[in-house]
Amino acid sequence: MDSGKKPATMGGGGFDGERAAEMVAELRETFRSGRTRSLEWRAAQLKALVRMIEEKESDIMGALYADLAKPQLESYLHEISLVKSACSFALKQLKRWMKPEKVPASITTFPSTAEIVSEPLGVVLIISAWNYPVLLSLDPVIGAIAAGNAVVLKPSDLAPATSSLFARILPDYIDNSCIRVVEGSIPEATALLEQKWDKIFYTGNGNVGRIVMTAAAKHLTPVVLELGGKSPVVVDSNIDVKVAARRIAVGKWGCNNGQACIAPDYIITTKSFAPILVDSLKRTLEKFYGEDASESKDLSRIVNADHFKRLTSLLDDEKVSGKIVHGGQQDEKHLYIAPTLLLDVPHDSLIMKEEIFGPLLPIITVDKVEDSFDVINSKSKPLAAYLFTKDKKLEEKFVKIVSAGGMLINDTVLHLANPYLPFGGVGESGFGSYHGKFSFEAFSHKKAVLSRGFGGETSARYPPYTPQKQKLLRQLLNGSIIALFLALIGWPRGG
Amino acid sequence: MELEGVLAELRESFESGRTRSLSWRQSQLRALSDILHKEEEDIFRALKADLGKHKTEAYRDEVGATIKSLNHALENVKRWMAPTKVGVPMVAFPTSAEVVPEPLGVVLIFSSWNIPIGLSLEPLIGAISAGNAVLLKPSELAPASSNFLANNVSKYLDNKAIKVIGGGPDVGEQLLEHKWDKIFFTGSPRVGRIVMTAAAKHLTPVVLELGGKCPAIFDSLSSSRERKMAVERVVGGKWGPCCGQACIAIDYMLVEDKFAPILVDLLKETIRKFFVKPDYISRVVNKQNFERLSNLLKDPSVAASIVHGGSLDSEKLFIEPTILIDPPLDAEIMTEEIFGPLLPIITLKKIEESIQFIRARPKPLVVYAFTNDEKLKRQIIAETSSGTVAFNDAIIQYLLETIPFGGVGQSGFGHYHGKFSFDVFSHSKAVVRRTFLTEFSFRNPPWNERKLQLLRSIYHFDYFQFLLYFLGFK
Repeated sequence: MDSGKKPATMGGGGFDGERAAEMVAELRETFRSGRTRSLEWRAAQLKALVRMIEEKESDIMGALYADLAKPQLESYLHEISLVKSACSFALKQLKRWMKPEKVPASITTFPSTAEIVSEPLGVVLIISAWNYPVLLSLDPVIGAIAAGNAVVLKPSDLAPATSSLFARILPDYIDNSCIRVVEGSIPEATALLEQKWDKIFYTGNGNVGRIVMTAAAKHLTPVVLELGGKSPVVVDSNIDVKVAARRIAVGKWGCNNGQACIAPDYIITTKSFAPILVDSLKRTLEKFYGEDASESKDLSRIVNADHFKRLTSLLDDEKVSGKIVHGGQQDEKHLYIAPTLLLDVPHDSLIMKEEIFGPLLPIITVDKVEDSFDVINSKSKPLAAYLFTKDKKLEEKFVKIVSAGGMLINDTVLHLANPYLPFGGVGESGFGSYHGKFSFEAFSHKKAVLSRGFGGETSARYPPYTPQKQKLLRQLLNGSIIALFLALIGWPRGG
Repeated sequence: MELEGVLAELRESFESGRTRSLSWRQSQLRALSDILHKEEEDIFRALKADLGKHKTEAYRDEVGATIKSLNHALENVKRWMAPTKVGVPMVAFPTSAEVVPEPLGVVLIFSSWNIPIGLSLEPLIGAISAGNAVLLKPSELAPASSNFLANNVSKYLDNKAIKVIGGGPDVGEQLLEHKWDKIFFTGSPRVGRIVMTAAAKHLTPVVLELGGKCPAIFDSLSSSRERKMAVERVVGGKWGPCCGQACIAIDYMLVEDKFAPILVDLLKETIRKFFVKPDYISRVVNKQNFERLSNLLKDPSVAASIVHGGSLDSEKLFIEPTILIDPPLDAEIMTEEIFGPLLPIITLKKIEESIQFIRARPKPLVVYAFTNDEKLKRQIIAETSSGTVAFNDAIIQYLLETIPFGGVGQSGFGHYHGKFSFDVFSHSKAVVRRTFLTEFSFRNPPWNERKLQLLRSIYHFDYFQFLLYFLGFK
């Protein structure tokens, strides 16, 4: 599907504001031509993406392994299969999503018909993250395409193998005149952010999120910010602790070794239950990764030296390192940190203030399990919050009191895979949502269309304003049928 | 009360949890309804003082419209608050999933001066229905209405959870330095940028209800009765709402050149018929806007295009309903939002050219079209982009709660009215529940080829394989 014109990708040296502006102008031209609007075009792009994922699966897994040492199963489960199912879900639903939605009109506007028409926003920018570089690039792209937009994708430079893989293979499958990849780091991202977009979709951290939103404000561009936070896990005592420990462990270390925005960040449990939980977690870790986890093939490594330093410095504090009850081993050369459990670190330590995004799991204890809700609410709202319990009342209280992007009871991470649920944050964990139909809506404008005829006229709306007219208006606005009847027959007369 | 104290009190009220209950929300909505019913005369007085608004216009556009929204919210808030169960893909069985709406927390609403009561209360209805604590900052350019709101909100509503703060841009700036859970802004694009830039520092989500130049395409209509009715609606849609000072007022018109003389005659006739008394039309809000509008007419080539009106009274802040034919397209009157009683008419060879004309310009809040041509209507919907499209009428779309009200591109983002108001002030929280019963142990490490194959078979919906494993036969 080579358009024969400019390359679909640009990057490295020379992608400045001028080239960015040129690219946006080209895409705007293509969008205006109407090329991206048809169901056929959108479906063709989505089908091409499915083909790409299937045909290039081993290349993709290879890139993910190069960037993150991501185990094959994780690459399959968390990235490849999720992208494929997002495509097939969109393909199945697209026609329905694109159809205008008829809505009831009211007596006040009678006679009239009304509908809501979804239209593409235009040319959109998607900035992706390094930890799930395939999923977090293609999932939003799927939404943007389904909604009929032209797209620029800026993959993260911290996952360079995946970034250059996209730059290489995407042009062979999708329509380059409408979908482009721009590789690079801060200079390229800055050049992109200076342009006027019809929407910007950003996945990453709060600091860069602020930069993105500030840049967007200059052009009044709406944004979606998918950020992170400290996703807490509250563990009650009356539970099946073996199952809980497995589900916590697979959500933490089984998700890119804790480097995931919805990975369990820390645990809160009661003082009495903590030893039981710690014990079960230790056993689970041994079952999963063996006695020496550095020999396991099933753990991603820390993404780079900067993050390695960041994580190990969390343990530098004596008051923190003294609380390690399992793990703690490090190997800088292999960017390896052992799955580490800590018990009762100080609440004001850095490890309890910042998002960990790594294989360290602090466990905080409280007297009563309900006290954990106050702990959570004293911090900024996370992307996900988890609770393990059999107590329905505790569950209800949790759902009512704790605010988070999403919640899962008795498991971790899974809610991400349900396309019927909006996936997004609240407060510091971001705003806007996507997945399933929400992806389509995130990249659409819902245009209201009201149609009236010349059947009946309410002269009461117009001057000269008489007391009679005012009375009729009152009743009309209150939805009175009699008033409507009178209005339709042209009462009151004169003016 | 000092700003810090105000914010602290609002936060405390929200954290206490009382704004979340259905009964609190209903009681506040009823209290708003009481204000509109019992203090109607004061509202009319304030709007007359601020804008010279006739009480019928005030009732039609501000009081009545808001009462209608309140009734709608009162009827529906219980339903809106309820969690919604959603589907669960087979692969994820057995889990249950729902979406739970929750309030965002403490929200800030900026309203504008032209519909000062309506544009304050309409978002307030949404914020209250969604269970938030609210600070409302009305515009200082409508001081009587601002005072009215401050006095009555504190008298009738829970004044520790819902507050009104007066003042000018300096107060606005101070407010923007703080962290809010949402900011809802109605006003100009220039200030919209300032609001969004400030919000970015705190990652505060915003809604921007801005403006633009709303065009009205006027096609040839077959019967003179229809033409007359259409022109009445145009006049009502231009000079009716606050003398053209409304974001959804018709800004300019597009008509075929051979049809323009008929249109102008009908407009003149209707203006004469409607505005028999000067107090049937609002005045220009203040000297600054009066000067801005008169300056639009100063350009000689613009002045030369006036075919009706043009008289100005700077003391009474009155500008006569003015019609212009084909002012230069690069004159300010055709590049900036007019927001006043001047109506440029642009003539075209064919009415279809109007679509290209509109596409070449920033996306407006509304595209109006008076036509019976179904093909043209479809073209307008498909080939132009705007917040809303309204056929054969103007302004009235504001009253329909089932359609979203908001802009796109330069006219803003986010929308409200009806349930959209509730949603815009809520967070839709996804909640998934599992039990401890079933366990897909192939999720867990150590991972091997077999487990990978198993997962593949599930994702290809090969349930037979899946079942075999699940029952332990593999």
